[in-house]
Amino acid sequence: MAEKDISRRIFIKRLGTGVAGSGLALSQLSAAVSAGKDDDAGEKAPKDQVLLQLTVNGKAVRLHIPASLTLAELLRDRLNLSGTKVVCNHGECGACTVLLDGKAVYSCHILALDAAGKEVLTVEGLLKGEELHPLQEAFVKEDGLQCGFCTPGQIMSAYALLKQKPHPTPDDIREGMAGNLCRCGAYPKIAQSVLAAAKSNARAER
Amino acid sequence: MNQQFEYINPQSLDEAVKLAGQGSVYAGGTDLLGLMKNDIAHPQRLVNLKALPELKAVERQKGKGLRLGALVTLNELAENEMLQKDFPAISQAAGSAASPQLRNVGTLGGNLCQRPRCWYFRGDFDCLRKGGATCFAMDGENKYHCVVGGDGCYIVHPSDMAVALLALEAKLEIYGPGGQRLLPISHFYVLPEDDPTVETVLQPGEIITSVIVPEQPVGSRSVFVKFRERSAWDFAVVSVAAALQVQNGAISGGKIALGGVAPVPWLDKKLNNTLAGTALDENGINKIAASALTDAEPLEQNGYKVILARNMIKGVLQSLAG
Repeated sequence: MAEKDISRRIFIKRLGTGVAGSGLALSQLSAAVSAGKDDDAGEKAPKDQVLLQLTVNGKAVRLHIPASLTLAELLRDRLNLSGTKVVCNHGECGACTVLLDGKAVYSCHILALDAAGKEVLTVEGLLKGEELHPLQEAFVKEDGLQCGFCTPGQIMSAYALLKQKPHPTPDDIREGMAGNLCRCGAYPKIAQSVLAAAKSNARAER
Repeated sequence: MNQQFEYINPQSLDEAVKLAGQGSVYAGGTDLLGLMKNDIAHPQRLVNLKALPELKAVERQKGKGLRLGALVTLNELAENEMLQKDFPAISQAAGSAASPQLRNVGTLGGNLCQRPRCWYFRGDFDCLRKGGATCFAMDGENKYHCVVGGDGCYIVHPSDMAVALLALEAKLEIYGPGGQRLLPISHFYVLPEDDPTVETVLQPGEIITSVIVPEQPVGSRSVFVKFRERSAWDFAVVSVAAALQVQNGAISGGKIALGGVAPVPWLDKKLNNTLAGTALDENGINKIAASALTDAEPLEQNGYKVILARNMIKGVLQSLAG
């Protein structure tokens, strides 16, 4: 099989639920979004809940939530986007990393209401249909993971890094990825995966 | 999260101040949410300062210096080219704090107001700072605690920004129910001997709105260095910020501030009195370093911080001399 052509299905088969388990929930997101649309604009919020509107992976989301809901809880429990992992739940390990208006943030450590009116990109949003993002392909090809649980967060951090620095040095990668822990200690291969993805992007640009 | 609270987007600074009296001001939330998850803070109301765009400006006026809005994020400070060029201690301190994800969210004002990282304070201990009777660090695990200024409570203040801003002699614009006041950052932090339950002089309803950094004299150089146990994503074991003027190979003015050594960002008097007039040669640098922390009273496990701080001061002075 040509490495370029790893499909989402084969990828999941190889990795279990780690990296791209993520993609499974897209259909459920659509369901949640359309449920949101059924609300009348003037409808009174349920007791102790407030209206939240934001964009998740390009889709408008509108729903009522308690103020205490974290962004990670919103994504995983309300929108069924379980690719985003929660490990420490204290804004320390990076497994929950998503992009908020283009910047990497710990979704477990900001409130869903902090994302009001903003755009959230999760690991599910990197897929184009069945096609993996070059970063996801690079993590497979370079073996950039062991158990895979930190991988969605690693990939989102890498995505934010490459967006800002398309041609990173190894030091840029170490610094840019510093907010993501890997308990398996796969750091050398994680860095190698990011570098490989940057190189393949550079090739695609030429 | 388990706590219930209301989340309010104020329409104006006045409304924020009014609402904050019975709640917590909330900006990036990187510290407050941790305190709430650890059952240390229980605000009934979060007043979201992010709703106030006027707190997000970075301005520089000739002769008047810098005005940094309290809601500017640490990454915005770290990546600001003007700061990198003319106020490197600020961008270096901002860039060395926390992790990329937290720097995208954490704000300048929040960094200055964060609560200590002492594991007894953050953990399930009824310590002096939480209104209890005892400091558990005094006779406990105190490797990371203070070597000077502790009196009953031995925290270190965790802010990197405060150390850089103290060396630069910054002032804080504070807005509250009583109007606006301007306070030198050297007067902002509270020692345990004055009140072991708070870190700052902020009163309920008061908000830092901006930080004013005076224009530095010609020939000034500033630098911030931070020693951590790992090279990223860690709090300072010791940090040193220097903003010094050098003329003809000798220091003519300026300050050195220390982090990680005291319950407040620390201006060591003897150290700073030794600066002016001392040559930046080997003898002078040794003399300055030796004058630091002479009144330190380390705990059982943290005497190394005195040696570390002196060596870091040497390194900073050598880099400024070079």
